[in-house]
Amino acid sequence: MKLLAIDTSTDACSAALYIDGDIKELWELAPRRHAELILSMIDRLCQDAGVGVRSLDGLAFGRGPGAFTGLRIGAGVIQGIAFGTNLPVVPVSSLAALAQGAMREANRENVLSALDARLGEVYWGAYACRGNGIMRGVLAECACLPSEVPLPGHGRWFGVGNGWQVYGEPLRLRVGALISGVDPGRTPRAHDVALLGVDALSRGEGVSAEEALPVYLRDQVVR
Amino acid sequence: MRVLGLETSCDETGVAIYDSDNGSLSHALYSQRVHAQYGGVVPELASRDHVLKTLPLIKTVLSESRLKARDIHGIAYTAGPGLIGALLVGASIGRSLAYALNVPAVAVHHMEGHLLAPMLEEHPPALPFIALLVSGGHTQLVRVDGVGSYEMLGESVDDAAGEALDKTAKLLGLGFPGGARLAELAMSGRTDRFRFPRPMTDRPGLDFSFSGLKTYAINTLKEAGDQPGTRADIARAFMDAVIDTLAIKCRRAIQQTGLRTLVAAGGVSANHELRVRLDKVAKEMGAMVYYPRLEFCTDNGAMIAYAGYRRLAAGMSEPLAFGAQPRWPMESLRPITE
Repeated sequence: MKLLAIDTSTDACSAALYIDGDIKELWELAPRRHAELILSMIDRLCQDAGVGVRSLDGLAFGRGPGAFTGLRIGAGVIQGIAFGTNLPVVPVSSLAALAQGAMREANRENVLSALDARLGEVYWGAYACRGNGIMRGVLAECACLPSEVPLPGHGRWFGVGNGWQVYGEPLRLRVGALISGVDPGRTPRAHDVALLGVDALSRGEGVSAEEALPVYLRDQVVR
Repeated sequence: MRVLGLETSCDETGVAIYDSDNGSLSHALYSQRVHAQYGGVVPELASRDHVLKTLPLIKTVLSESRLKARDIHGIAYTAGPGLIGALLVGASIGRSLAYALNVPAVAVHHMEGHLLAPMLEEHPPALPFIALLVSGGHTQLVRVDGVGSYEMLGESVDDAAGEALDKTAKLLGLGFPGGARLAELAMSGRTDRFRFPRPMTDRPGLDFSFSGLKTYAINTLKEAGDQPGTRADIARAFMDAVIDTLAIKCRRAIQQTGLRTLVAAGGVSANHELRVRLDKVAKEMGAMVYYPRLEFCTDNGAMIAYAGYRRLAAGMSEPLAFGAQPRWPMESLRPITE
């Protein structure tokens, strides 16, 4: 299987190309430069691998939650490529990608992902590995106050994402003894969006270009 | 050459296909309704709506033209001026679709789209001409010597004419956006009851100022009392002041430049009374006025497809990146050489 994945949900911008089990990724910390970088990253990966976007089997993107403008850049890029190629799309949770990264690089099997959602809130989700190396959600994702995040029932959990930095204290207070450690420096990466995308696509979970939409989690945007 | 045009700079999603042999093949427009309840365009909501509507509209225009995506030779998208988040939706979809189709893409200036819109008509204006661009976002007089060759002759120092119309409509209880309803209400108003100032016509120059008129309208309503008919009379006086001011400045621009061709474009140029008035000015001056068809006065994809076609045909295209320029001076555009 050949799949292209991107993530533009945070200040980081990344693209990854999965070809039959092998993944190449380009990653850059580039606040407000996603529009300038993402297509050339995609093109470089394809050129290096000697494949055109038309010969891929699918696309995946970090559909959010995250920074609204970044999410729309990612969705827009994937909509354009998917419509032009007729490829199926897997919208991947950026919180799940964050957890998948912790699994892939540090073998964390139970992960609490928290991204700074501004306005005193975090984007929040809990993910656990069910054996095949793929993280799955165990709670409904949400945007909420750090003091009110929903908790998984039991076990030891590892915290990732900048929410653990910005709201470290209230989150630790809330999560208490469930927490085994934190790595706030992680961002969602296209590498992990690709892994989750390949898994979903192999189960037939791709959607059409116009269904490649952001998931904001916050719908109250007018104060 | 067939060019797909995408317009997402504010609260309308416009998509169209222009064919250099057959003109505008198809166009589709979605006007966002979500903003009315807030009394103004909410940028985040505008962006959210564009990302839902752009691809479905692309599918509509392709099927109406009996074309496949592969039949498109180039893509044009509005890159500014406008709301940055909204612009980025059209830019990201447009630039990426062009990448996937392996065709060139070009970023288009929204106001260049408007001023070239009359070129889509059967009898297009000949260059050079003066363009009166009059919409909810802009009021400008531009000297046009060629595509991309623009000289700003004058512009509004505060509210655009359409903006003043919408704001005054809101003050008169006509909702948002109520500019068209205000113009309609004015039809039943008396012309001899109130007289509003003609801002900045008592001094030389081609700049405009419309923000004072809405204050004048609200003060007039307070002083006169809200009897039946008063609001219609105020709407009448307001429309007369706006139309008169625009006509005076157009006359001046014709005198000043010596050009005898005037183009009026943008949402307010759809107003019938304004057209009658500008026609009269032109006749007196021995000039001709050109307008886009009514559906291409407001924001639309067809004007972007056409402006994009002109630039693509001249060999211009974007690198493998996209962006948006919320403020983008027209005079900084690259002229095309034919």
